[in-house]
Amino acid sequence: MIPMSKIVRTITNILYVFIIGFGFYVIIHGHLTPGGGFQGGAVVASAFALLAVAYGRKKIVNLLNKEHLSVAEVSGLLAFICLAFLGLGTVFFFNFLAVGRSIPIFSNTPAGINPGDLNTAGIMPLMNIAVGVEVLSALGVIILTMFLGFKEGKEK
Amino acid sequence: MNKWVAAVALIIVFIFMFLTAVYMHPFGEPENQDMDQYMIENAQNETGANNVVTSVVFDYRGYDTLGEATVLFTAVMGVLVVYKKTRKSGES
Repeated sequence: MIPMSKIVRTITNILYVFIIGFGFYVIIHGHLTPGGGFQGGAVVASAFALLAVAYGRKKIVNLLNKEHLSVAEVSGLLAFICLAFLGLGTVFFFNFLAVGRSIPIFSNTPAGINPGDLNTAGIMPLMNIAVGVEVLSALGVIILTMFLGFKEGKEK
Repeated sequence: MNKWVAAVALIIVFIFMFLTAVYMHPFGEPENQDMDQYMIENAQNETGANNVVTSVVFDYRGYDTLGEATVLFTAVMGVLVVYKKTRKSGES
């Protein structure tokens, strides 16, 4: 695929940072606001798609590495499963960091209507981050593979 | 003939949909509300998350999220297998 026009590339240079930032915001605030790991990962992957479409094949191979994204995807899924197994002292998927447990990480107690506190919800923020990393790199791998699978249009 | 079959099928489907619309539950009043009422009242105290949906997805129903993540992983494997290069480019 040939790169798109200079206007599109300029706007992409401005916008993709904000798209990726918004995606990570949705991932990290998953236990406070609507959204979570899946939705935020999809937003970040849409920024990858924008870069791929705007910059074409040659630049995108230098920007995004498929092998690194694959490693990130597998490690995200493994982190999720390991977090699930860490609660196995009680049950699978036990929220061992939540309110009233012994380890004081992410264990504040929200009361009623509150403006939101990042330091709550036990293992949920960690699981959101793991799932977010997995989803963004999985969708990135899919986008890159399908994008590089096209034949060059103009050469033949 | 085909038109008659189509018309009869359409009428049957319409009758079923009409009866469903007539006998539909009133909105916001499900029959069994023990489980969702329990989650609405206790999710914030038990899990500490403001977002009840996230506390359901990642805490009460964690298996479901594990299945979703596995489905996504399998989808990526399928895409990689389908797009795998088997010959040099230029052949085919």
